[in-house]
Amino acid sequence: MPAQPLELILARQFGDSLSLPMFLVDPDGNLLFYNEPAESIFGLKFNETGGMRLEEWATIFKPTDHAGNPLAPDHLPLVKTLSSKLPANGEFYVDSLIGVRTLISVSTFPIMGKTKRFLGAMAIFLKSQEL
Amino acid sequence: MRARIWGCRGSLPAPGPENHRYGGNTSCIQVTEGDTCLILDAGSGIMRLGRFLGPDVKEVHILLTHLHIDHTMGLGFFQPLYNPNVKVHLWGPTAGQESLLHRLRRYFSPPLFPVKMSELPQHPEVHELGDEELTIGNIKIRSQFICHPGPTLGYRLTANQKTIAYLPDHEVLLGSSDFPNDPEWTSGFDLANGADILFHDGAYTSKEYVGKMGWGHSSIRDAVLFGKMCKVKKLSIFHHEPTRTDDQIDLLYKEALRDGNFQFQVEMCAEGNVYEM
Repeated sequence: MPAQPLELILARQFGDSLSLPMFLVDPDGNLLFYNEPAESIFGLKFNETGGMRLEEWATIFKPTDHAGNPLAPDHLPLVKTLSSKLPANGEFYVDSLIGVRTLISVSTFPIMGKTKRFLGAMAIFLKSQEL
Repeated sequence: MRARIWGCRGSLPAPGPENHRYGGNTSCIQVTEGDTCLILDAGSGIMRLGRFLGPDVKEVHILLTHLHIDHTMGLGFFQPLYNPNVKVHLWGPTAGQESLLHRLRRYFSPPLFPVKMSELPQHPEVHELGDEELTIGNIKIRSQFICHPGPTLGYRLTANQKTIAYLPDHEVLLGSSDFPNDPEWTSGFDLANGADILFHDGAYTSKEYVGKMGWGHSSIRDAVLFGKMCKVKKLSIFHHEPTRTDDQIDLLYKEALRDGNFQFQVEMCAEGNVYEM
């Protein structure tokens, strides 16, 4: 498998050193990496799952509104960033695989390489409240 | 393909009798294949190379990895730049904002240098590179950004099924997750993978590296692990510290090989070395 571009390698290194949960996705939304703090949101460990295709992780990560209704994908900050290549922010609830419901704030930004190449996006989460 | 080392010292030229065997000139390698002449970096070694280029050479391509002074300081002393019959091409990393031409002009201007680029008899042709592939003459080239402060490229040159990888300034540990077990997430892997010879940064001992993390260079140990991960046939350790004498480099070499049961050759690069492939 070819190596990832330097920008993504360094983004992963950066995320890996944070205490805030972080996701890294490619331009198609495939999950390339999530750090240890993000494992508690997923209820999965990156060392066990590795990266995941969009269809796969979309079945695990199900954001909802306060009433528990699923959010439309185009309301999610990461989806907005992938389509607009602009930063986005938002707040929603997620239910992890281990049944914990959490209110989280998300900030996402695009990863643009030196040659203006769009390489993916990073999402940084703040757990506002565990219910 | 033939590669000749005109300089493999890092950071600053280090002339002197105690550095006679490994040489004191900074980064410069001449690669020739048929009529094609490529020069990797324009450190102080390029001055001597310019004096030895044959009169039949009418076109030269200089591939800069980055613009740190030890990789560009020889440019103004490269005689072919003052010969109107030689066309010089300068290739280097794009920076997104300021053009490569503007960044090179900073060197070719007072107080760093008295001659401006516009005063050269034939203005060099400047080409910006990112992650891409190109062919110059008989040599196929791949350039890719690698982990080092500021925009920095590594190069992979291929001709006649032989490959040279050149990553003279590269902090592989900082540009890798789970090093050396995850090639997909390691800076420079695609450039060095399976190379016949890899010229790679090995500026520091492992102990020195701890205090210099983030400065953009690798330890000899990490260079060897990277060579192993990339399954290269030969690793030539590059970017010797300017304070290091021949005897100290020999000692580092012995230490580097002490634990080694490598499937490839490891050497400390020396000025004047010639590699025929």
